[in-house]
Amino acid sequence: MPLQREDISNKLASVGYVADRDIATALWLMEFLKRPLLLEGEAGVGKTEVAKALAAAHGVELIRLQCYEGLDQNAALYEWNYQRQLLAIQAREAAGENADAIEERIFSEKYLLERPLLAAIRRPTPPVLLVDEVDRADEEFEAFLLELLSDFQVSIPELGTIKAVSIPRVVLTSNGTRELSDALRRRCLYHYIDFPDVDREAKIVLVRTPGIDATLALQIARMVAAVRKEDLRKVPGVAETLDWAATLAGLDVHDLRQEPEAVHETMICLLKTHEDRARMTREVGERLLGKVA
Amino acid sequence: MAALATRRRLAGFARTLRDNGYRVGLAETRDALQVLASPAALRPTSLKPALRALFCATHSDWERFDEIFDAFWHGHGMRQVLTGTPSAGHAPAKKLAEAHVPQEALGLPDRVERRSDGDGETQAEGRGRRGGASRAERLAAVDLRHVVDPDDIAATHALAARLARVMRARLVRREQIRNHGRRLDLRRTIHRNVSHGGTPVELAWRRRKIKPLRLVVLLDASGSMSLYTAFFVRFLHGVVDAFREAEAFVFHTRLAHVSPSLRDRDVTRAVERLSLMAQGIGGGTRIGDSLATFNRWHARRVINSRTALMIVSDGYDTGDPEQLGEEMRRLRRRCKKIIWLNPLIGWRDYAPQARGMQAALPYVDLFAPAHNLQSLAALEPYLAKL
Repeated sequence: MPLQREDISNKLASVGYVADRDIATALWLMEFLKRPLLLEGEAGVGKTEVAKALAAAHGVELIRLQCYEGLDQNAALYEWNYQRQLLAIQAREAAGENADAIEERIFSEKYLLERPLLAAIRRPTPPVLLVDEVDRADEEFEAFLLELLSDFQVSIPELGTIKAVSIPRVVLTSNGTRELSDALRRRCLYHYIDFPDVDREAKIVLVRTPGIDATLALQIARMVAAVRKEDLRKVPGVAETLDWAATLAGLDVHDLRQEPEAVHETMICLLKTHEDRARMTREVGERLLGKVA
Repeated sequence: MAALATRRRLAGFARTLRDNGYRVGLAETRDALQVLASPAALRPTSLKPALRALFCATHSDWERFDEIFDAFWHGHGMRQVLTGTPSAGHAPAKKLAEAHVPQEALGLPDRVERRSDGDGETQAEGRGRRGGASRAERLAAVDLRHVVDPDDIAATHALAARLARVMRARLVRREQIRNHGRRLDLRRTIHRNVSHGGTPVELAWRRRKIKPLRLVVLLDASGSMSLYTAFFVRFLHGVVDAFREAEAFVFHTRLAHVSPSLRDRDVTRAVERLSLMAQGIGGGTRIGDSLATFNRWHARRVINSRTALMIVSDGYDTGDPEQLGEEMRRLRRRCKKIIWLNPLIGWRDYAPQARGMQAALPYVDLFAPAHNLQSLAALEPYLAKL
């Protein structure tokens, strides 16, 4: 019996991830069709968190590949252990072995270093493979990734083809710094994550911040939603909300309206540039607080 | 298994999505059938999100999906939702043909003739027929306002498209010559030196790949620019076609992302479609607003540190000059160079006195004329140095 959407929601909830209906459906579909899931959305909406929660919910390992400009197969797939190879060559040569035999020996599994992609397809239990910020990698790497995601096998010239032992659950995230290829998009299921609405964010704060009460969580969520509507350079994400909630809880604040001073001072948790900080003056802060109440 | 009627309906939905520019292939439809056959199909609340995750590939797909889904499954019989820019789908082209768009829709012949009525001398020059390269050369120097003859117009457009390609070719060549950075490729070095007992005798090097310049063009298509629009649209098509990383936007009172439409291989169709979009209402330009939209929704995706931004506009802004200045300042921080092409510079005695232009100038790296092909060609060495 395949997993149902509710099962996935419940499992995610049990590891502290508050899923909305749409993301739960997308994750169910991913399970059902065995296709990778591409997550897009603003920075800080919790794209990476989805993969982490998914791994925790299934109780499997999370293998993460952080993409960057210039990422190549050496760093993503496999690398030979050069130091050991060099030592082996010299040791064997001293022992009088011939070159062919040495070559055979040093290009074997023993000298192979797994990198995330190779590791992900060689685990006996299917892990969650998170390919983070895939838009940062080059087009060439994207094409390679596409090949891996459809065949689930890689060929290592010195060693031969390695087939996947298990098919990992693959989650890709993109911040949209570059347009991804149509081929990759078509290969994946797509989900766009928006900032959570006030109720869901309040729930997230409640679940993730120990010892916070429901009224404060709701106030915080409303305040953050109001701050996001301001014209800021860097819009605060969910992680910032949680930081702020933790700070306020730590300062023993129970009602935002009672302590405008504390609110203003702790806003640094939400505002990460000098400009935004200058924009969010005491007056603006109080106006927003007024709305929240 | 899904009933035949449901399967038909689903195929119809897939077709509707394709008509709206979604890239829906057989694989997606097959997967969708599988979803329909699963328990999820029993509950509409999970069917919609499931099909959305399956059929959408981009954020704009995502945003339009609900509307199309509701219209199709809850029976408003809508075939195409016209919101924002049409993407690369083929439907718009068909619509163009159906609408019997006359040649004049391209904008140029009609308008230029009207404008150059009182300008006997240049008109005579434009009518002159010479063949081959000399004609091309002459065309390159003529102000685009004064190109009247349909053949000349076609020739100008072809030149513009070729110019864009030449720019690209030269840029790449220079990059390769400039490329000296090398580092050691350990994997291949070891492989090669097994027979030397692992002592690296023959070294394998790796070249550093230099990523090409990315070009983003914002074209002003307002009434005051209408004499030049058709020509720049053609140039835009050339740019998007030639540069692997290029994005094009058109704005008058609002901003439209037009690269998908321009990627059409059929030049005439792409240019025609875009010319229609570019036909402003002849009203004012809101450069500041358009740049704000660009900064807010597009800049992060299309601009990186090796992007040159090219704005083609006469700088007549009916919006707030302060806003324009502020948005320019934001843009400046994001990209490598800002080039402002202004067709008016080619006019005699032009000084950038429009208030919008004045507000924008401090943030512009290169302020150059663009009234004829020569002035565009003069840009190429500058771009190559970036």
